[in-house]
Amino acid sequence: MADLSKDELLDMYYDMVLIRRFEEKSEELYQQGKIGGFLHLYIGQEATGVGAIRALRPEDHFFTAYRDHGVAIARGIDIKGLMAEMLGKSTGVSKGKGGSMHLASREHNFWGGYAIVGGHLPLAAGVALRARYNNEDFGVLCMMGDGATNIGYFHESLNLSAVWDLPVVWLVENNQYGMGTAVERASGVTEIVKKAAAYGMKEGPRADGMDVLATYDAVKEAMEYARRTGPVLMEALTYRFVGHSMGDPERYRTKDEVREYQEGDPIGKFGASLTAKRKAKKDELVALDKKAAEEVEAAVRFAEESPEPTYEDLFRDIYV
Amino acid sequence: MATPAITTTATKRMTIREALSQALREELNRDDRVFLMGEEIGVWGGTYAVTRGFFDEFGERRVRDTPIAEMVIAGAAAGAAMAGLRPIAEIMTINFAFLALDAIVNHAAKVHYMFGGQFSCPLVVRTTTGGGRQLGATHSHSPEIIFAHFPGLYVCCPATASDAYGLLKTAIRNDNPVLFVEHSTLYQKRDEVPADDPDYTLPVGKSNILREGKHVTLVSFSKGVHICLEAAEKLAQEGIEAEVVDLRWLRPLDTDLLIESFKKTNRMVVVEEGHALFGVGAEVAAQVTEKAFDWMDAPIKRVTTIDAPLPYAREIEQMALPDANKVIAAVKEIL
Repeated sequence: MADLSKDELLDMYYDMVLIRRFEEKSEELYQQGKIGGFLHLYIGQEATGVGAIRALRPEDHFFTAYRDHGVAIARGIDIKGLMAEMLGKSTGVSKGKGGSMHLASREHNFWGGYAIVGGHLPLAAGVALRARYNNEDFGVLCMMGDGATNIGYFHESLNLSAVWDLPVVWLVENNQYGMGTAVERASGVTEIVKKAAAYGMKEGPRADGMDVLATYDAVKEAMEYARRTGPVLMEALTYRFVGHSMGDPERYRTKDEVREYQEGDPIGKFGASLTAKRKAKKDELVALDKKAAEEVEAAVRFAEESPEPTYEDLFRDIYV
Repeated sequence: MATPAITTTATKRMTIREALSQALREELNRDDRVFLMGEEIGVWGGTYAVTRGFFDEFGERRVRDTPIAEMVIAGAAAGAAMAGLRPIAEIMTINFAFLALDAIVNHAAKVHYMFGGQFSCPLVVRTTTGGGRQLGATHSHSPEIIFAHFPGLYVCCPATASDAYGLLKTAIRNDNPVLFVEHSTLYQKRDEVPADDPDYTLPVGKSNILREGKHVTLVSFSKGVHICLEAAEKLAQEGIEAEVVDLRWLRPLDTDLLIESFKKTNRMVVVEEGHALFGVGAEVAAQVTEKAFDWMDAPIKRVTTIDAPLPYAREIEQMALPDANKVIAAVKEIL
């Protein structure tokens, strides 16, 4: 099982469960009107986020799109600040200015969730440029959905990263639908990693994004290549069990299709493999499930008790 | 006078092109975090020759040619700025900056606010504006106001060589994103530039009175300033004393200085190369009306590019643009 200790494996399991509980609670809070705006849940994609983020070194940097809760949690950012951000409180990671789609944490080298499709790709290239400019040993992981690979930013950013040998792993979380449009209905190339050829860029693997360790291994190897040599385009093949965002009627896929994927739930699968390989006992996993639920409850309490931003805050941080 | 005290004594007469080159060269030498990126700025030497010789002098680490790809020029420069570098991105003309609008407006100008102050974006985007060169409708825009609309960004439009020098240094040293707009027909304009003070900068958001007068205030920026100065010179021969205000910055807008001047002259003409609708003149007139209505002796007039795309044919293109005669006519209407 990769190069991971028992503790690390259990940590990864815990993060996946924590994401699931966090997202279920978020859905509930959204329905109660406590979370506003758009809400994009990570349920079903936990293995991709945890595997990818765990493959980073502390000095590496990462970006993602608006489905950003899972990777923030996987990086070890305190979920109190994340939940407070969702509730629009001044104790939120972005002081209540960003919301669900704009989580970030400077101290964790997490540059944020970005809600303009593809808009964060050039920013990731720019951060990666610093590594080359100053001869620093870090890489940048830039995650995006499959839908982002059809937008102009994708072309310009991947091309520049190739021309300048930037240390970026372009990781496409291919959950098979850009909102409600299936990949084959939106992209001339359905095997997205093939787009690497257009830039003379290293074509990375299509990792099983429903398998946390497979994703971990693939991203780790890609990051090593990126730091040393240059950019990689890779995919994690995954699936979201819930709608694109809240209130998605899901006319573009069948209930049977969703059910089929749910049978291969990444958390259940990983838990089963941990017990089968005697890395964990069943009651250890049950205890972790309970702990995650409690951590989420504590985060919600913290968020609900936190103060709202004030009128004065409206004008804060417009300029440095 | 609103002009800040100039601490330097020695000056050198140079063109705006030379002043910009000197500012860039000095800032590159001062701070290793400063670098240039853009189309044809390196091997070619810059399409307006501002960076001629820089590629040999500073090398490709500091002077980075890019693909013709405005979205990633602005976006990657914004990312590098967020990461702590001090990029100066060059967009060859502001017409191409429409392609970079998302990177500039939605990202560079928003990341500081949207993430609660965690990130800053000390980015300069240099670009050129203006019509009058027979380049047709897509290549002749003056859309600075579009960028000036958005909080989070500064927009600076120098009109003289000494300002180009000082303001570019200000923009580079400022921790906020600045759109720095040069006029494509002004690069050969000359004036006296501070020559012995490499730390010469000008304050953000402060306008400048270039000529004092008591009968009317002419307000402009960039090339329009020279049109106003020409008009003021001619008006003076008829005994009309026009005050000329160079805005220098569209954001922040120096409303205080405009009001101060208006309270003295009670009349105002705003000159800009953009179109009138929702333009600088509209904004200035609204602010002055709101804040100094009791001092108003006549309606505020606007001299702008006419409400049509700019054509190729030389004579009709010139007819479409503001000029000193149009400014003089506007002044006479309200005197």
